[in-house]
Amino acid sequence: MNWSKLKSDRRIAYVAFIALGLVLAVAPFLVGAGLGNGWVRILDFVLLYIMLALGLNIVVGYAGLLDLGYVAFYAVGAYLYALLASPHFGLHLPAWFILPLGALAAGMFGMMLGTPTLRLRGDYLAIVTLGFGEIIRIFLNNLNSPVNITNGPQGISMIDPIGAGGASLSQSFELFGMQVPGIYAYYYLFLAMALLVVFISLRLQDSRIGRAWVAIREDEVAAEAMGINTRNIKLLAFAMGASFGGISGGLFAGFQGFVSPESFNLMESIMILCMVVLGGMGHIPGVILGAILLTVLPEALRYIGPLEEFFFGRVVVDPADLRMLIFGLALIVVMIFRPAGLWPSKVRRREFSSEAEVLAHEQEALYDASK
Amino acid sequence: MTPASDALLSAENVSKHFGGVAALNDVSFSIRQSEIFGLIGPNGAGKTTLFNVLTGLYTLSAGHITLDGHAIHGRKPSHVTRLGLARTFQNIRLFANMSALENVMVGCHVRTRAGVLGAILRGAGTRAEETGILQRAHELLSYVGITKHSQVLAKNLSYGDQRRLEIARALATEPKLLALDEPAAGMNASETATLEHLLQTIRADGVTLLLIEHDMKLVMSLCDRVAVLDYGKKIAEGAPAEIQRDPQVIEAYLGGSVT
Ligand SMILES: Nc1ncnc2c1ncn2[C@@H]1O[C@H](COP(=O)(O)OP(=O)(O)OP(=O)(O)O)[C@@H](O)[C@H]1O
Ligand SMILES: [Mg+2]
Repeated sequence: MNWSKLKSDRRIAYVAFIALGLVLAVAPFLVGAGLGNGWVRILDFVLLYIMLALGLNIVVGYAGLLDLGYVAFYAVGAYLYALLASPHFGLHLPAWFILPLGALAAGMFGMMLGTPTLRLRGDYLAIVTLGFGEIIRIFLNNLNSPVNITNGPQGISMIDPIGAGGASLSQSFELFGMQVPGIYAYYYLFLAMALLVVFISLRLQDSRIGRAWVAIREDEVAAEAMGINTRNIKLLAFAMGASFGGISGGLFAGFQGFVSPESFNLMESIMILCMVVLGGMGHIPGVILGAILLTVLPEALRYIGPLEEFFFGRVVVDPADLRMLIFGLALIVVMIFRPAGLWPSKVRRREFSSEAEVLAHEQEALYDASK
Repeated sequence: MTPASDALLSAENVSKHFGGVAALNDVSFSIRQSEIFGLIGPNGAGKTTLFNVLTGLYTLSAGHITLDGHAIHGRKPSHVTRLGLARTFQNIRLFANMSALENVMVGCHVRTRAGVLGAILRGAGTRAEETGILQRAHELLSYVGITKHSQVLAKNLSYGDQRRLEIARALATEPKLLALDEPAAGMNASETATLEHLLQTIRADGVTLLLIEHDMKLVMSLCDRVAVLDYGKKIAEGAPAEIQRDPQVIEAYLGGSVT
């Protein structure tokens, strides 16, 4: 039985669905038992990055607007949470209130970034958004005088953990007589939020708005001529994408208990963009895969140092350098051999393969002509 | 000159300059309800520029345009489309990596309402709207005769089919006036004959047509009235038979070699 038959069989799809659900439900315990609690933390981050990547996917993958400053929205969500729930201002508002507020605030920042860039496309848009991301970070770095708002480079610490009614997710809890640390509880919260984000992405994708985004990506002039108010629909893409970033930021702040401008640098934006592109732009499963790989891979590469010691008895090459080198190489290799991403949508696969065919034909024609 | 009271579209003293070049110079005309109005002229006469001005893609330098009583000059293209003027492009502009069906579904955007919240919650109203869009898109594909290619990516369609898909997509916006920029370009004789039949059907179904076309046979057999542009000026307007005999038109086409 081939794969497409497998997929079309409803019973098998059902079983696969249940199996996936079970795996997701016990994942932190499996990972914790096998690899240690450090990896449960990484698992939590995987979920955060899935949300971020899916948010950026709306802007870049659907609407085709290259945004290099996406991390700014993550920062907005994180700082909003930090300011409203920490001793810094003495405010301790509840998470259920701040998280949606963060999404809203980030969405508004998305529109703020969108408005002046409406006429820009491609490289120009990339440069302006890159600048926007840096501006936000520099603001966070410097808004500590004359009035101390962000506490500058020191960042904000002792942020309230996410919780409700006195109970907090950070406390370890008892399950079947075992003490389970807070990172497990966070896993379930993040999983629920990530599933919500996936659900929203799926719904938007097959909708009137989703089609309008793709139409703008394909041909903005034709989209406008078909009656799509391209200005509003583009702003909507920026706002939606940004609000996913804002939510993730709030979750991050509560989870980490500490935020500083350093967490929101350009490298982070590029990393999230890589997740989208490497996985398969515009394709939700691909983007999720990209987020998983690019969160796990750098962590896995931390084992290089110990491995070197094991094999050579000492550290030969600085593991941090080697880690970035291998990481970069892996990206290049993927983009050469799978230009449409690791797991592209069917349409995009066709798109790329037919482009390759055209290229091949052109080269053949050249070859014939030169004979 | 006051436009006829039954005018669907009327353009008065429309001019468009690009730097020092007057691509359109004081052009006035009006299109009546349910007619097929032809726009002809030599290459570079300003026909496409006129389309772009009418549909809001270019802002005009001077003049007034009204569509069904609404002033449309200075409006965004999407607004003009909403008011009932749809178009096709001389150099086909489909959504290349969307299927034929999806292209037409995008055309339905302007007559539907579902927003972000509707999409996420997908309540009964949104579902009904989506079903309607899908059904309408299928109908329009069969209307223009490309049903069997509904799942093909627009860029993989044959040239003639792409032109027809553009018409279907424009019709999805439910226009009162449909403006076609050289719809027969690149078509062979039998495709052109099919197109002629399609355009007549569209008109019979109550859509007024504005047609730029170089195929004179098509223009003469299809159009009720024709306007001729040359160097951005309207040099003649009238029934096809009159236009054919007009000395100014003949000169414009033969480039003055007759004189
Ligand atoms: N965006 C633009 N910028 C500058 N000049 C333009 C622009 N668009 C059109 N023109 C000029 O306006 C004139 C009319 O061009 P237009 O495309 O309207 O001609 P046309 O009648 O459609 O010709 P064809 O039959 O070849 O399609 C040409 O001289 C062209 O160079
Ligand atoms: Mg033209």
